[in-house]
Amino acid sequence: MKRLAFLTLLLLTFTIGISHAKPRAFIFGRGGDSVGLDPAHEEDGESFKVCESIYDTLVQYQDDSTEIEPALAESWETSADGLTWTFHLRRDVDFHDGTSFDANAVLFSLNRQHDANHPFHQVGGPYIYWTDTGLAETVDQISRIDDYTIQITLTRPYAPFIYALTIPAFAIVSPTALKKSGEDFTNRPVGTGPFSFVRWDRNEKIVLKANKDYWGGAPGVDLLIFRAIPENSVRLIELQNGSIQAMEFPNPDDLPLIRQDPDLNIIEQAGMNVGYLAMNMDKQPFGNHKVRQAINHAINKNQIVEQLYQGLGIPAKNPIPPNMWSYDQTTEAYTYDPGLAKQLLSQAGYANGFKVTLWALPVPRPYIPNGRMLAEAIQSDLKQVGIQTEVVSPEWGTYLEKTKNGEHDMAMLGWSADFADPDNFLYYLLSKSSAKKPAGNIAFYRSDAMQSILDQARTETDTTIRTQLYRQAQALFQKDVPWVPLAHAKQIVIARKNVRDLTLHPTSFKYLRHVKIKAD
Amino acid sequence: MTAYLIQRLLSMLLSLLGVSILVFWMVHLIPGDPALMILGERANEAALQELRQQMGLDQPKAVQYARFLSDLSRLDLGRSFRTKGLVAEEIGRHFPPTAELTLAAMLFAIVFGILAGVISAINRGGFWDFATMFGALAGVSIPIFWLGLMLILLFAHQLDLFPVSGRLDALLDLEIERRTNFMLLDTLLAGNLAAFADAVWHLILPAVTLGTVPLAIITRMTRSSLLEVLNQQYITTAYAKGLSQWIVVGKHALKNSLIPVITVIGLEFGYLLGGAILTEHIFSWPGIGSWLLKAVEARDIRPIQGGVLFIAALFMSVNLIVDLLYAYIDPRIRIQSAAV
Repeated sequence: MKRLAFLTLLLLTFTIGISHAKPRAFIFGRGGDSVGLDPAHEEDGESFKVCESIYDTLVQYQDDSTEIEPALAESWETSADGLTWTFHLRRDVDFHDGTSFDANAVLFSLNRQHDANHPFHQVGGPYIYWTDTGLAETVDQISRIDDYTIQITLTRPYAPFIYALTIPAFAIVSPTALKKSGEDFTNRPVGTGPFSFVRWDRNEKIVLKANKDYWGGAPGVDLLIFRAIPENSVRLIELQNGSIQAMEFPNPDDLPLIRQDPDLNIIEQAGMNVGYLAMNMDKQPFGNHKVRQAINHAINKNQIVEQLYQGLGIPAKNPIPPNMWSYDQTTEAYTYDPGLAKQLLSQAGYANGFKVTLWALPVPRPYIPNGRMLAEAIQSDLKQVGIQTEVVSPEWGTYLEKTKNGEHDMAMLGWSADFADPDNFLYYLLSKSSAKKPAGNIAFYRSDAMQSILDQARTETDTTIRTQLYRQAQALFQKDVPWVPLAHAKQIVIARKNVRDLTLHPTSFKYLRHVKIKAD
Repeated sequence: MTAYLIQRLLSMLLSLLGVSILVFWMVHLIPGDPALMILGERANEAALQELRQQMGLDQPKAVQYARFLSDLSRLDLGRSFRTKGLVAEEIGRHFPPTAELTLAAMLFAIVFGILAGVISAINRGGFWDFATMFGALAGVSIPIFWLGLMLILLFAHQLDLFPVSGRLDALLDLEIERRTNFMLLDTLLAGNLAAFADAVWHLILPAVTLGTVPLAIITRMTRSSLLEVLNQQYITTAYAKGLSQWIVVGKHALKNSLIPVITVIGLEFGYLLGGAILTEHIFSWPGIGSWLLKAVEARDIRPIQGGVLFIAALFMSVNLIVDLLYAYIDPRIRIQSAAV
């Protein structure tokens, strides 16, 4: 009897299912849920991934490059001294709640982050990106000129400024909605983006629907759903079964299988990141230039990257990735040459080698998928030239704390771009001012020459001159070698064959606004 | 009885206070600065300071504990630093999926476990006894993670009989308002039978996965307990009266053999409610186990404290209910407790 009832219900499912006209839904499977959807407070990729579809920033990247193009700001100009930026805003834009976008909205969105006296400054927690990218100190004032013009003045010329404005954390939110929801805005976000928020079932899914009036053109699907499917292999089965249309983070071991699947496409894009091995120059023997050179020659980088990244990484030779402007193609990578490494070591007075600690990342990061295996490979290469290493791998919080305070001899770490400007890598990772503890520069590389180049490049507004300066910085890095630059990891998404116009952007996700599903 | 209940409730309160001390200090003993965990590679001194202050981590530990207790006395579990949500609300949202899954798993385990145990006991030494005991052995030793994946591969992927993971079809779900977050209840409240059927359909594989270990344990316990009862003289008497096996076992033996089985059921129930992390992970089930795990990974202090306390209280309550059930099933216990 029960069984009969169940079968009847199943039958009902089918009949009801057929009677509904299905909306075109694009379901994206990912490993975890977003933390929050109030962009100013977020700092994790899973939150930004959704925010990018709900909100717009003043300026944005072009779809396929890191060139800047207009978004909510139609045009902008800089004063000759580089201190005043004027933005002219679009006039035809509404927020999803029906209120109109104008200078007040920009002022509200940015000033609540910047101005400690703003009535909504205390709402929702810290403004991590505003502080971390240095805008908190760089920006002096944000003011309104008229309904559709705003002006931002800086405390000092800061060339990366316009790139920093592409960060989703600095997106424009609806002041009306935020005032109404307060702390709860993170659960009911309202922006101007291509999709508007529908609902969020925490740790299950976030549902967005197309904003048909989007100023950049209506999106290609009716619904955009982000589903949290924590287990990698289950996510892949969902994709194979067709219950989701695209996914990220497959098990590397599944890649050969995916490549053979006629229903699936692998979409790849070079990532804007670097994984590196920093040598702590505050500790001997790494103060010795020849030792650092020797280690660069001793590690068989190409082989390691090939084996550990499963085709999803390229060996690094510069501290910035190849898709970053000013990247120096002509840099000669340190060749794998254990003989030469030994020679350099004995010239440095370490013919019998030495013993140091090698810190291995305890968690997978985008730039280094498996720190412990990488450590083993490096350990065995260094052993060949007589360097003994003890692998240390405390849990993530301790790892960060201790490496930032210089307790390591050698430590692996990496960086993913916040925005497409070399300053975002070089200043934080290699300047002398970042070598103060807790340090971003965990090689504790203190070069006055490097500092002066980076300072100059930061204030210079002419991109040609900046490019020259960053080339000099790369050459200097190559000469001083505070790190062994290891790899740049690629980003991938697996999609079903009928998915169209899903392209990855070098810096981040921006592509879901164009995605379409071809009818089978 | 009432005195007994009050006594139990008081001792429960005392235990919870103990748990609160334990969990408070444990969170502070695990290595890793919570502020640093949140900021990651980007951490700098200014941002760290600001964050620590916001999280109240700059206060002395004793002050932090006092604040925690005073909030607790007002039943305020605080806010998650990661999601900004109220911990009590988050528990309220993530507990129903786990409860629903646990109930389904236990239903499966109890029905089939007792059935298999009885079959095994009355066929002692025979083929069915051997087969059930072999199955039960396999059941307790099987890794849940592996079992879940295999069920998905076979029944969801190869045979396409069940959905792979999740609680409801993503599009059907749009028609359902989450009032209780018990999916079966919400779909019924919405009067949407198709969605209800779909929810049941989604529940089956995870319930079987989660219920397999308790199923095996209940089977073995029922068997051994029933065998013991079947050896007693009153059973021989019953047979001698010419009663059929079904009546002897079903009416006279089974109820008397259930006390240890109920103990096991209670314990298993408590464990599963505390979070079936692996099953939740495999089936993308947004339950309290995976929610708590995320909080631990992020060193999100308030949810860890609130979550552990909640689970401890739940476990104790289940135990209490089981003890009360004993009294219901076995009059001798009732008499004893009345004497206390």
